[in-house]
Amino acid sequence: MSLLHLLALSPFLLAAGLPLLGRAVPRLHRGWFAAVLSVILFAALLGYSSQVRAGLPVTESFAWIPSLGISFTLYLDGLSLLFALLITGMGVLVAIYSIAYMSDESESLTRFYVFLLIFMGAMLGLVLSDNLLTLYGFWELTSITSFLLIGYHHYKHRSRYGALKSLLITMTGGLGLLSGFVLLYVMSGTYQIRELMDAAVPLASHPLFLPAMLLILLGAFTKSAQYPFHIWLPDAMEAPTPVSAYLHSATMVKAGLYLVARLSPVFAGTAEWFWIVSLGGLITLIYGSVAAVKQTDLKAILAYSTISQLGLIMCLLGLSSLSSVFVGEESLLYAAAGTAAMFHLLNHAVFKGSLFMIAGIVDHETGTRDVRKLGGLAQVMPIAFTISVFGAFSMAGLPPFGGFISKEMFLEAVLEPLHAGVFHLETWAILLPIIAWIASVFTFIYSALFVGRTFLGSRKPSLARKQVHDAPLLMTLPPALLAVLALGLGLFPSLVSYSLIRPAADSLMPHLAASGEQLPGSIKLWHGWTPALGMTIGVIAVGVLLTLTARRWLKLYAYVPRNLSINRFYDASLRFFERITVRITSLYMNGSSRSYIKYILGFMLLVLGFILFNATDVTFRVGAYAVIAPYEWFILLGLAAASLAVPFAKSRPVAIILTGTVGYLMTLMFVFLRAPDLALTQMVVESISVTLYLLCFYHLPKLRTERRAVRFRLPNFLVAVAVGVLMTLVALAVLGTNPFEPVSDYYVRESYESAGGKNIVNVILVDFRGFDTMLEIMVLGVASLGIYNMVKLRRKATDVGSRHVSHEGDNADEEAAQTRRSIYGYDGPDTGLSTLAEDPEEAEHIKIQDAPELPHEETDEHPQERHRSSSNSHEKGGERDV
Amino acid sequence: MEVVVAIIVGVLFAVGIYLILTQDLLRIVLGTSLLTHAVHLLLMAMAMLKTGDAPLLGRDAEKFVDPLPQALILTSIVINFGVTAFFLVLSYRAYQKLETTDMDRMRSESSRHRGKKGGRRS
Repeated sequence: MSLLHLLALSPFLLAAGLPLLGRAVPRLHRGWFAAVLSVILFAALLGYSSQVRAGLPVTESFAWIPSLGISFTLYLDGLSLLFALLITGMGVLVAIYSIAYMSDESESLTRFYVFLLIFMGAMLGLVLSDNLLTLYGFWELTSITSFLLIGYHHYKHRSRYGALKSLLITMTGGLGLLSGFVLLYVMSGTYQIRELMDAAVPLASHPLFLPAMLLILLGAFTKSAQYPFHIWLPDAMEAPTPVSAYLHSATMVKAGLYLVARLSPVFAGTAEWFWIVSLGGLITLIYGSVAAVKQTDLKAILAYSTISQLGLIMCLLGLSSLSSVFVGEESLLYAAAGTAAMFHLLNHAVFKGSLFMIAGIVDHETGTRDVRKLGGLAQVMPIAFTISVFGAFSMAGLPPFGGFISKEMFLEAVLEPLHAGVFHLETWAILLPIIAWIASVFTFIYSALFVGRTFLGSRKPSLARKQVHDAPLLMTLPPALLAVLALGLGLFPSLVSYSLIRPAADSLMPHLAASGEQLPGSIKLWHGWTPALGMTIGVIAVGVLLTLTARRWLKLYAYVPRNLSINRFYDASLRFFERITVRITSLYMNGSSRSYIKYILGFMLLVLGFILFNATDVTFRVGAYAVIAPYEWFILLGLAAASLAVPFAKSRPVAIILTGTVGYLMTLMFVFLRAPDLALTQMVVESISVTLYLLCFYHLPKLRTERRAVRFRLPNFLVAVAVGVLMTLVALAVLGTNPFEPVSDYYVRESYESAGGKNIVNVILVDFRGFDTMLEIMVLGVASLGIYNMVKLRRKATDVGSRHVSHEGDNADEEAAQTRRSIYGYDGPDTGLSTLAEDPEEAEHIKIQDAPELPHEETDEHPQERHRSSSNSHEKGGERDV
Repeated sequence: MEVVVAIIVGVLFAVGIYLILTQDLLRIVLGTSLLTHAVHLLLMAMAMLKTGDAPLLGRDAEKFVDPLPQALILTSIVINFGVTAFFLVLSYRAYQKLETTDMDRMRSESSRHRGKKGGRRS
C-alpha cells in the first residue's frame, strides 16, 4: 500500500463512513464531505504533476491475488494524471454545485453522495490501474454507480428505463471488454498494461489480435456512447443534473476514450484500428451534432452534443494512430491529432460542465427545461446568460475560447491524412474534412440555439408571471469558474499545454519519445492563416445563416422515419429477449419437482457414465466371487420380484406389503452376509415402518392407477432403467477396481485393544465413529421434533411454513369486517369468493377442535358467525404460537 | 454372488427411481425406502461378500467380513427410519390439508389456497 493507493481508495472509505459522519454532523450538508475530499485529492494529485512532467511516471504495486497474477498496480503517467485531475477537479465543482441543487430530500441525500463517492473512487481506480483486470473491475463499478445514479429518482418510470438501458448497453460492452482482455492475456501472458506495450509488436501478427481489438473497442464504444451504442446517453439525462454534468459528460463517458488512448500503443499502426476508431468517431460526431439541433430539452441538446464531442475526440485518437505508421517529421504531423484529442478532452469537460450546470440552474429557477417554453431569460438571469455564452462559444469553437483552439487543431488533423497514402487513405481521406466541416456547422447551430432559445427573444407568457432570478451563489460559482477557465484556456493555453497536455500526449504515443522525437508542446490561440481557419470562418458564416433560418428547415427532421430508429430496435429486442427467456425458462423450470429430479438424474447419468467409460483404470470384473447357496437364490430372486412388483400394485396395502417384503428379505440377506447387527436393526425398523405405513395410509383414498398415458411414463421409465444399469455398472466397477488398501483391518485389530469391545461393528459406531453416531441421533431428534410438530401443533394456517401469510390474510379479513361494520352497521354483504376461500381452513379448524381424526365434512355456517369464529380461531392460534 | 447382487442393486435402483418419479405420494415414499435398500446392498457388495465370519471377536474366527460397511449401513438404516417416518407424517398431513395425494393436483390445490388469499386481501 502506498499514498497513491490510499488516494485512489479514499472515496470508497468516505462512502463507507458517510452515513455515520452524516449522523454525527446532521446540520452539515453531505455534499461538503465529498467536496472537501475532492479538493484534497485534487491537490495531492497536482503534487505529482512535476514528477510526471519530467517523464518519470509513478508506479505503486501491491500484490492483491498473487496466485492468479493479479496485482493492484497503480500507474500515474501523463494520461492518467490528466484524467485523474479531471475527475477530482470536476468532482469539487460538482459537489459544491450539488449542495445547492440537491437541497431537499434529506433522507436520501446520503445515498446520493455514497453513490457519487463510489463512482469517484471507481473512476480514479480505472484511470490509475495498470492491471487490466482491476481496470475492468473499476470499469464495471462505474457502470453500476451510473445505473444507481440515473435511477436515483427511482419512482419515475423514465429514470428506471434510462438506468436499465445504460446498464444493459454498457455491461454488454463490459463483457466484450473482459473477453478482449482475456484474449490479450492469451496472446501476451500478462495483464499488466506496461508489459503489454513492450510486447506490442509481436502481438500484431497473432490471429487473435483482431478479435481482441474488436471486443475492446466494443467496450470503449458502448461506454463512450459512440454510434450506434449512443442511445443510452440521452435517456441517462433522467439523472439529477449534477450527475449528468459529472458522469455523463465530464468523466464516465470519457472512460471509453481513456481506454482507447491507453491501449493505443498496443493497437495503433493497424488499418483496422485506424478506420474503426476514426470513422466510428466521425460518424458519431456528425450524427450527434445533427440530432442535437432538433432537441427541445436543454439536457437532451447537451446529451447529443456530448455524444458528438466524444465522437470528435474518438476520431482524433484514431487519426493520431497514423503517427506510429510513419517515422521522423511526418509522424509528428499526425501526432498533432493526439495533442488535439487531449486538449479537447479538457476543453469539453470545462465547457460542457458549465453548460450542464446552467441547464440545471434554468430548470431549478423556471421549473422547465423545454426550450419551447423558455426565452428572454437574459434580462432576469444575466450571470447565467454570461456563463452560457462563454460555454457555448467554446463549444461552437469560436475565438478566443479554448474550444476554438482544439477545434482548429481538429480541423487541421482531418486535413492531414490527405497526404498519408496508407490504409487506402488516398481514396477516402477527402471524406474526413467534409464530414468534420458539416458537423462543425451543426455544432455551431445547436450551440447558438441553446443560448438563443433560452436566453434571447421574448419571454413566454407562462414564464413572465414567475419571479425568475439568478441562482444562489453556491450554485452559480462552479459554472462561473468553468466559464472563466474556458476563456483562460483559450487566452493562455500554455497554462496546461506543457504541464498536462504534452505528458498526456506522450503517453498516448510513447513511440515518439522512443524514437527520439519531441512533441511540440506549444498551443497557440493565433496560429496564422491556415486552411483550418478558413474552414472555421466558413462554419461561422454558414452557421449564422442556418441559425437565423432555423425555423424553416427544422421541419425537415419530421421526415426522418421514426420506426427505423435504434431506440425502437433496442426496445423491440428487449421485449423479444424477455419473451424468449420466459418461454425457454418455463420450458424446463415447470415447477414440478419430478422434472427437476429427472434433470439431476440425467446429469448424474451423463457425468458418471462419461467418467466410467473414459477412465482407463476402471475395470469391470465379472468373475466368480462368493458362492451362492441354493436358498440364497430364493432370497435374491424374491428381492428382485418383490421390488419389481411394487409399481404394479393396484392398492395401497399391497404396495406397502411388497415393500415390506423387500425389507424383510433384506433382513435375511444380512443374516446370510454375516451381519447380525444389521439384521436385528433392519427387522425392528422394518416392522415399525410397515406398521406406520399402514396406519398413516389407512384413511387415504384408493391408490390411483397412473392416469398418464404411456408416452408420459416412458421418459420416467427410461431414466429409471438407465440409473439402474448405471448403478449396476458402478457396483461392478468398484468390485474390479481396488486402488487402495482397505482400512477395515485397523478396526479389526484395534477393536479389542483400544476400545475393549468384541462386537466390531458396535465399537466402530460408538467409539471410532462416535461423532457420526451422535449426529445420527441428532437427525433422529430433528425428525421426531418435526413429526411431533406436525401431529400435535396444528395451526390454522394452510401449512407450517405459511404462518406469515395466514396472519396477514386474517388481519385483512378482520379489517374488512370492521370497515363493513362501520359502514353498514353489521358485517355486511360478503362476496362469494371469500366464502369459498375460508372453507378449507374453517373446516380444518373445526376438525382440530372437535374430532381430530374424523374425516371432515363441509361446514355450512352463516357468514357472520363464520367471521366471528374465524377471528376467535385466529386469536387462539396466536396464543398457541406463544 | 457379487455380480448377482450388483444386478439386484440395479433393479432396486430402477424401481426406486421409477416410483419417485410417479405422482402418488405413497409411491414416492416407498420409492425412497427401496432406494435405501439398494444403497445398503451396494455398500455390502463393495467390500466383497462372505469373506469371513461375522465381525464378532472371541469366537475363534480367523477372518472376518469387512465391518466398516456394516457400521455405515447401520447408521443409514436408523436415519432412513427417521426420514421415512417424517415423510409419512408429512404426506399424511398434506393429504389432510389438500385432500389429495397426487403431486400434480397438490400443486394446483396449494396455489388455489394462496391465490384466494391474495384475492381476498385485495
